[in-house]
Amino acid sequence: MRIRFEQQLEQLNIELIKMGALCESAINKANEALLNVDKNEECVAEVMGIEDEINQKERDIEALCMKLLLQQQPVARDLRQISSALKMISDMERIGDQAADIAEISKYVQVRQNASKIHIGDMAKATTKMVTESIDSYVNRDLKMAQEVVRYDDVVDDLFQEVKSELIELVVKDSQNGEFYFDLIMVAKYFERIGDHAENIAQWVEFSITGKHEF
Amino acid sequence: MDKFTISNLDLYYDDFHALKDVNLNLPPNEITAFIGPSGCGKSTLLKSLNRMNDLVEGCRITGKVLLDGEDIYGDMNVNHLRKRVGMVFQKPNPFPMSIYDNIAYGPRTHGIHSRAKLDDIVEKSLRDAAIWEEVKDRLKLSALGMSGGQQQRLCIARALAVEPEVLLMDEPTSALDPISTSKIEDLAIELKKDYTIIMVTHNMQQAARISDKTVFFLLGEVIEYGETEQVFSVPNNKKTEDYITGRFG
Repeated sequence: MRIRFEQQLEQLNIELIKMGALCESAINKANEALLNVDKNEECVAEVMGIEDEINQKERDIEALCMKLLLQQQPVARDLRQISSALKMISDMERIGDQAADIAEISKYVQVRQNASKIHIGDMAKATTKMVTESIDSYVNRDLKMAQEVVRYDDVVDDLFQEVKSELIELVVKDSQNGEFYFDLIMVAKYFERIGDHAENIAQWVEFSITGKHEF
Repeated sequence: MDKFTISNLDLYYDDFHALKDVNLNLPPNEITAFIGPSGCGKSTLLKSLNRMNDLVEGCRITGKVLLDGEDIYGDMNVNHLRKRVGMVFQKPNPFPMSIYDNIAYGPRTHGIHSRAKLDDIVEKSLRDAAIWEEVKDRLKLSALGMSGGQQQRLCIARALAVEPEVLLMDEPTSALDPISTSKIEDLAIELKKDYTIIMVTHNMQQAARISDKTVFFLLGEVIEYGETEQVFSVPNNKKTEDYITGRFG
């Protein structure tokens, strides 16, 4: 039944997985740009390239969703699945923007030695995990996993507080590089925002499965 | 108070059990849509609400159908019931007579013969069915010369002419083009202010667009009954979900 529709929904899932994978790459490359001075330039360029791809993917998925709405007039879980996808890609696009913002700042940070000692790398790992699992939970309609992603945002928030404390300490000890530590707090904030977007994605997955949305 | 209270209704066509223990309360001044695959019993239930099944040989009904608290299978006069509960069918079926006489037919059978009164009824019914402007200059012409969409609105006007309380509509737009369909849908929304409308439809989008409540039937049973928005966004029953998303069967 509705074979063509099922194929199109499968295609939507594949495109979302691809967009999620692009977000993960953008986060990881932005982190690498920050921590690895030798590869900074190369990584920044890569993040910018990935961000363009993410933006293109958003438009492609949006077009696919509009086509599905027009041609298939979905109801019930199909409608929720497609409307959730439309909301999720906005959050993924913002994740791409924020990874690009981190990459941009990384060009000017000159305290990489100290940056690697604080927990910014952990924030990158934690947010990557959230993005991966939020998309997996969508594709597999895994409510439990989506709820875990929502909860995991607390881990990212805690890491942000930790990084903030570490940076305050560094500013006190190494005040002549104070400007760069302010840059790093921006980076940490971008990671924290990426966590929020991943949480939003997971909440849309919850809506897609249950019909209820926690605002 | 509910317009119709249906309790423990079972209906058999000889040995075939067409409706199984149906329990429904249908509110007044709302559009209730009956949906479900062919043969699920939705039209059978619709016809039970003004006893159209009485004419079917081998049809046996148990249980109760109350109209404003009154048992329609009890002492109620069938002609009186059908005056209160009008019906519009899938295929427009105007009588082979003039537009005017089509509308005046019902009131005449109920004893109204005054020309002035009939004129008023004809105009009001045609206006209420949103077709007056299109036909006011050709009331004496045969109704058979009208388009399908006009004929269907004429049939609605004919049903309204005897001032019913309920309008039963059995797939009223399935034979119509999109423009005529849209006119009938607008009309149904307009009419629910004064009438209770119960509509059988195979068009999911139509049910979602215009009805307040939706009942999903399967194999003679009511599977789900709820607010239309809920039924089409988060149905409670998996069978409903499978049907409305086109994955049934």
